[in-house]
Amino acid sequence: MSALGELRSLKGAAAPKQRKQNKAAFLFLLPWFVGLALITVGPMVASFALSFTRYNLLSPPRFNGVENYIRMLEDERLHKALVVTFQYVLVSVPLQLGLALVLALVLDRGLRGLALYRSAFYLPSLLGASVAIAILWRQLFGVDGLINIALGWFGIEGQGWISNPETALGTLMILNVWTFGAPMVIFLAGLRQIPVMYYEAASVDGANRMQQFRHITLPMLTPIIFFNLILQLIGAFQSFTQAFVVSGGTGGPVDSTLFYTLYLYQQGFANLNMGYASAMAWLLLVIIAALTAINFWASKYWVFYDDQD
Amino acid sequence: MTKTDPSTDLAPLTESVVTGLPPERVREARRRRHPFRKPVTSILRHAFLIAAAVLMLYPVIWMVVSSFRPTELIFREAGLVFDSFEISNYVEGWNALSYPFNVYLLNSGLVVVGSIIGNLVSCSLAAYAFARLEFTGKKFWFAIMLLSIMLPIHVIIVPQYVMFSQLGWVNTFLPLIVPKLLATDAFFIFLMVQFIRGIPRELDEAARIDGAGHPRIFLQIILPLMVPALATTTIFTFIWTWNDFFSQLIFLTKPSLYTVPLALNAFQDAQSSTDFGELFAMSVVSLIPIFLIFLFGQRFLIKGIATTGIK
Repeated sequence: MSALGELRSLKGAAAPKQRKQNKAAFLFLLPWFVGLALITVGPMVASFALSFTRYNLLSPPRFNGVENYIRMLEDERLHKALVVTFQYVLVSVPLQLGLALVLALVLDRGLRGLALYRSAFYLPSLLGASVAIAILWRQLFGVDGLINIALGWFGIEGQGWISNPETALGTLMILNVWTFGAPMVIFLAGLRQIPVMYYEAASVDGANRMQQFRHITLPMLTPIIFFNLILQLIGAFQSFTQAFVVSGGTGGPVDSTLFYTLYLYQQGFANLNMGYASAMAWLLLVIIAALTAINFWASKYWVFYDDQD
Repeated sequence: MTKTDPSTDLAPLTESVVTGLPPERVREARRRRHPFRKPVTSILRHAFLIAAAVLMLYPVIWMVVSSFRPTELIFREAGLVFDSFEISNYVEGWNALSYPFNVYLLNSGLVVVGSIIGNLVSCSLAAYAFARLEFTGKKFWFAIMLLSIMLPIHVIIVPQYVMFSQLGWVNTFLPLIVPKLLATDAFFIFLMVQFIRGIPRELDEAARIDGAGHPRIFLQIILPLMVPALATTTIFTFIWTWNDFFSQLIFLTKPSLYTVPLALNAFQDAQSSTDFGELFAMSVVSLIPIFLIFLFGQRFLIKGIATTGIK
């Protein structure tokens, strides 16, 4: 069961009555409890408190009410960062998942060399988050880069894809789509879970392949699609490295690759506006939580759980 | 190419257990589901897959080949033929920054090893409690643990930075390693809980009858049996830490402490437009460990994301 499945089932099923082993459990969980308090929850509370202050690390935080939040309403770079990030997420995540699903279906059972293909498609998702690949990307899409050389073969005149504000974000979207291998592996595992008897029954009833896909594969796969969607949405919203390296830390040209987290980094760690950065962090949390909540709500209408009677 | 994935070979058997049909019928049904017996369809499918794979990997291979070319040739050659084999890019790139590249490799290595040890110890302890012990508020804490997987690091990074800088830990590896010792990578707790749940409880019971307490059951029964989950954790921690940029960028600002990603970033910033060969060469060096892990640990990687990803 995935983390999401676990969360879904937690409300149900009563645990069997058993003798409590509180002392042993406490000892085993001690490192985790300390981490939760000092590294996770404590800083969360502190970051919420800091979001109502002006704080530059050098002098103590000064309470300034909701000023940071009001400033966020007027900060045009912040608005730009939100637009850029939403564009990036809403375009690249569906493309990435679509490609992952198509490749998983083509690779599904009974194909020779499956392991080899799977590896080839999976490798980019391991490399994709690295600085090295971001460096490569910058050169691929540069004026003299590989992309323009390839376009030249077809007589198309290339351009500096990274230095053009119209296309810079697109190159980062392509990079995200390139890492479709991880969701593809999850889809493959999901396809394998569909009992073959469903297909048997369907073909006895004379369903063709398209109908089988439409009425068996797709519905049975919706929980996996949902899981991948949540995972990739949350991940894409927090993308940082690629934009940072490709734009040299600026989010340029003309803020066209100013990811939300990149702007947060600039505010907090380059300008030392730690109060403002904390407020930004909370907006990010609210956005991610809201997106996840909307997805959970919408999932009632399209996600099919086999275990619901 | 002829070697098929072992799990696909086993699939008909597992399915026949699940469905109660004899394996031959399952195999027959599988063939019917995927009627690619016509050679033309099958060839087309392979052609499509090979083309897609080449397209995907082309840029990476091009970078490797280019790292052996003199810089002035890199942006004129799109081919993947090893037309020149110049190792000077590697020699000069290695020493192009204020410290030789082995310093950065060692720094990254230290952070990686510390993180792996931290995750293995702390997450397996927590996972044992969640999978095997009954305690007050278990559901609540378990839900908290699951939610913490999804918490963006950006929400806590500012106070963390304040805290660690007051402790004098900025420009040490401690802010990168100590959180792992405290099981903050809850994803791995979840992964291990899943795994421990699959270990028969009868083994614990037998040990308990023999008078073993929880520490002994954990150390002598559960831990040896969960080696695959520990391997998965090791591999994922390696890759994520090796690739991590955000937290290393924040906590390490001294060039002598730079990890590989920070060094590459500095290299790109400092670099005049003439030495792309060296930049590519060091980028390739930085990807080698990931590639080796991928080659030898793939089984655990695929299993890891497939089992935690699936409902």
